[in-house]
Amino acid sequence: MSTARYTVAPTVTMLTMMKARLVGATKGHALLKKKADALTMRFRQLLKEIIEAKENLGATMKGSFFAYTEAQYAAGEGIKHTIMDNVDTAVVKVRGALDNVAGVKIPRFSSFVIPGETKMDLTGLGRGGQQLQSCRKAYQSAVELLVQLANLQTAFLTLDEALKVTNRRVNALENVVKPKLENTISYIKAELDELEREEFFRLKKVQKNKQKNQAKAEAEFATAMAELQEATADTLDMPPFDPKMPGQNVQPPASSSLLNYKEDDMLF
Amino acid sequence: MYGFEMMSFNIKDGFLESIVRGHRSGLLTVADYNNLSQCETLDDIKLNLTSTDYGAYLVNEASPIYTATIVEKCTQKLVNDWNYMRTQADEKLATFMDYCTYGHMIDNVVLIVTGTLHERDVQELLDKCHPLGMFDSIATLAVAQNMRELFRLVLVDTPLAPYFSENLTHEDLDEMNIEIMRNTLYKAYLDDFAAYCQSLGGATAEIMGDMLAFETDRRALNITLNSIGTELTREDRKKLYSNFGLLYPHGHNELAMAEDFDQIRSAMEKVPAYSGIFSKLGYGESQMLDKLLYEEEVKKCVDCFEQQFHYGVFYAYMKLREQEIRNVMWVSECVAQDQKGRIADGIVYLF
Repeated sequence: MSTARYTVAPTVTMLTMMKARLVGATKGHALLKKKADALTMRFRQLLKEIIEAKENLGATMKGSFFAYTEAQYAAGEGIKHTIMDNVDTAVVKVRGALDNVAGVKIPRFSSFVIPGETKMDLTGLGRGGQQLQSCRKAYQSAVELLVQLANLQTAFLTLDEALKVTNRRVNALENVVKPKLENTISYIKAELDELEREEFFRLKKVQKNKQKNQAKAEAEFATAMAELQEATADTLDMPPFDPKMPGQNVQPPASSSLLNYKEDDMLF
Repeated sequence: MYGFEMMSFNIKDGFLESIVRGHRSGLLTVADYNNLSQCETLDDIKLNLTSTDYGAYLVNEASPIYTATIVEKCTQKLVNDWNYMRTQADEKLATFMDYCTYGHMIDNVVLIVTGTLHERDVQELLDKCHPLGMFDSIATLAVAQNMRELFRLVLVDTPLAPYFSENLTHEDLDEMNIEIMRNTLYKAYLDDFAAYCQSLGGATAEIMGDMLAFETDRRALNITLNSIGTELTREDRKKLYSNFGLLYPHGHNELAMAEDFDQIRSAMEKVPAYSGIFSKLGYGESQMLDKLLYEEEVKKCVDCFEQQFHYGVFYAYMKLREQEIRNVMWVSECVAQDQKGRIADGIVYLF
C-alpha cells in the first residue's frame, strides 16, 4: 500500500503538480473532517431525540389505545364505523421542507391541524361524546408524535448516509490519496536527485577526462620539447619545419579563404 | 289491568318468560368477573369464558384471539337468544321485542345512510351493522343517492318510517347533521316505545315506564354533557330531549340552559332519583359518570326480574347482556393492553 504511487514521469513540472495536489488534498481532508464532525454531532443529537421520542411514543400510544377502549365502552362497539364513515378529508396534514446541515439536505416534516370546526364535534352526542373527544385528542397527540418521529428517523437515515459518504471520503483522502501523493512526490524527488547525481558524476567524469587529456598533451609536449632541446644541443640547427608542431609558424591553410571555397548554392 | 296479568300471562308468554329467566341465570357473576380479572392473556379469558354460556361460541376460535372476536361472539350469543325468543313470541310480545331493537335499527340506518353518502360499498356497510338492528329491506338503503329518495323509496317500508316523517322535513334530511338526525330519531323512538308500553298496561307499563324514563333521562344528560362547547344551540338541544322521564319538563329546561358540568349537576340533583348518583361524584369530574349510570341501569334491570308476568324482563335481559358484553370487552382490552390496574374502573357487576 505504502509503495503505491501514481505512474508519472519524474519531472519537475510533475513535482510541482503533485505538490499542488497534495496541498489540495490536505485542505479537502481538513474540510471534510470538519463536516464529518458536524454531522456526527448532529447525528448523536438526533439519536438522543429519537430515543426520547420513542419512549414518549410508547406511553402516548398506550394512552391513546386505552382512550379508544374507553370511548368504545361508553359509546358502543359500532362507534368505530360511525366515525370512519364520516371522514371526508384529513384534519391533520404533514408539511414537508428541507433542512441544511453542513451541506446535507435533510427532509423535515411538520404536522399541522387544519383549523375550523369539524362536524365530528357532535359524534356520540347520545352517549360517549366526551370519551370520543378525549380519544380524539389522545390520538391527535399520538399522530403529532408519530410525525415528529418520522421526521427524526428520516433525518437520521439521511444523515447516516451522508455521514458514511463523508467518512469514506475522509478516510480515502487520509489513507489512500494523501500517502499516494506523498509517495509520488518522494519518488519524483528521489528520481530527480538520482538524475542530478548522475549528471554531477558525468560532469566530473568529463572534467576528469579533459584533465587527463590535457595532462597527456602537456606530457607529450614536454617530451617533445625535451627531445628538441636534446637535438639542438646536439646539432645546434634550426629544427626542420614541421607543420604538426603546435604553436610554430602556423599558416592558415590555403583553403580557408572563402574565395577558394566553392559552394553549390552560392551564386558568385 | 294491573294485577290481572297473572291470570292470563302464562297462556301466551309463560314459556318465553321462563326462557329469559333461564338466560338470566347464565349471566356472569362476580366470581366469574374475578376469574376474568386474574387472566394474563386473551387466551386465558377465552378459557374462562368457555365454562360459561359463551362456551359454545368461543370454543372453536383459533388461538391468536382478539378482543373484537370475543365481543363479536358474545354478541352473537345475545342475537341468537334474542332471535329464538322473537320467533316464538306472541303478537304483543313480538312487537315489544321489535321495539327493543329499534335503537340498533336507527344506528344501522344512520350508518348505512352516511356510508352511502360517502360512497362506501354496501356489503361492507352491512357487515358493520349491528345484527339486532337488521331488517329485511336494509340492503336496499344503499340504493338511494340522496336523502329524499332514501325516504321515499326505502324508509317508508321500515318500522322507522313514522319517526322520519313526523320529525324530519325533507330539508332536514338533506342538511341536518347526521348526529342530530340520529338523536332526533332516537327521541321519537323512545316516545313511541313509552307510549306502546303504556298501552300494554299493567306491570309492563309500570316497570318499562321506569326503565324508559331512566333511559331518556340518561340520554338528556349525555346530550347536554356532550353538546357543551359545540355549535348545538340551546333550542336544538332541547328538541332532542324526549317528552317524558323524570326530568320532563322542568329538568329539561334547566339542562337546556346548562353551560358546564356543575350546572348540569344542580339540574340533576333536584330529582331525588339522580341526586344519589351525583353525590357519589366529586365536584367537577364527569369521568366516572358513565359507569355510575351504567350501574344504575343494571340495578333497575336486575330489580325488574323480581316481578313476574311482564315484558320488562326481555328488555332488561337485552340491556344486561349488552352490559355484560361491554364488561367482557373492557376486561379483554385491559388485559390485552396491559392495563390491569384499570379493570375495576369499567366492570359493572350484574349480580
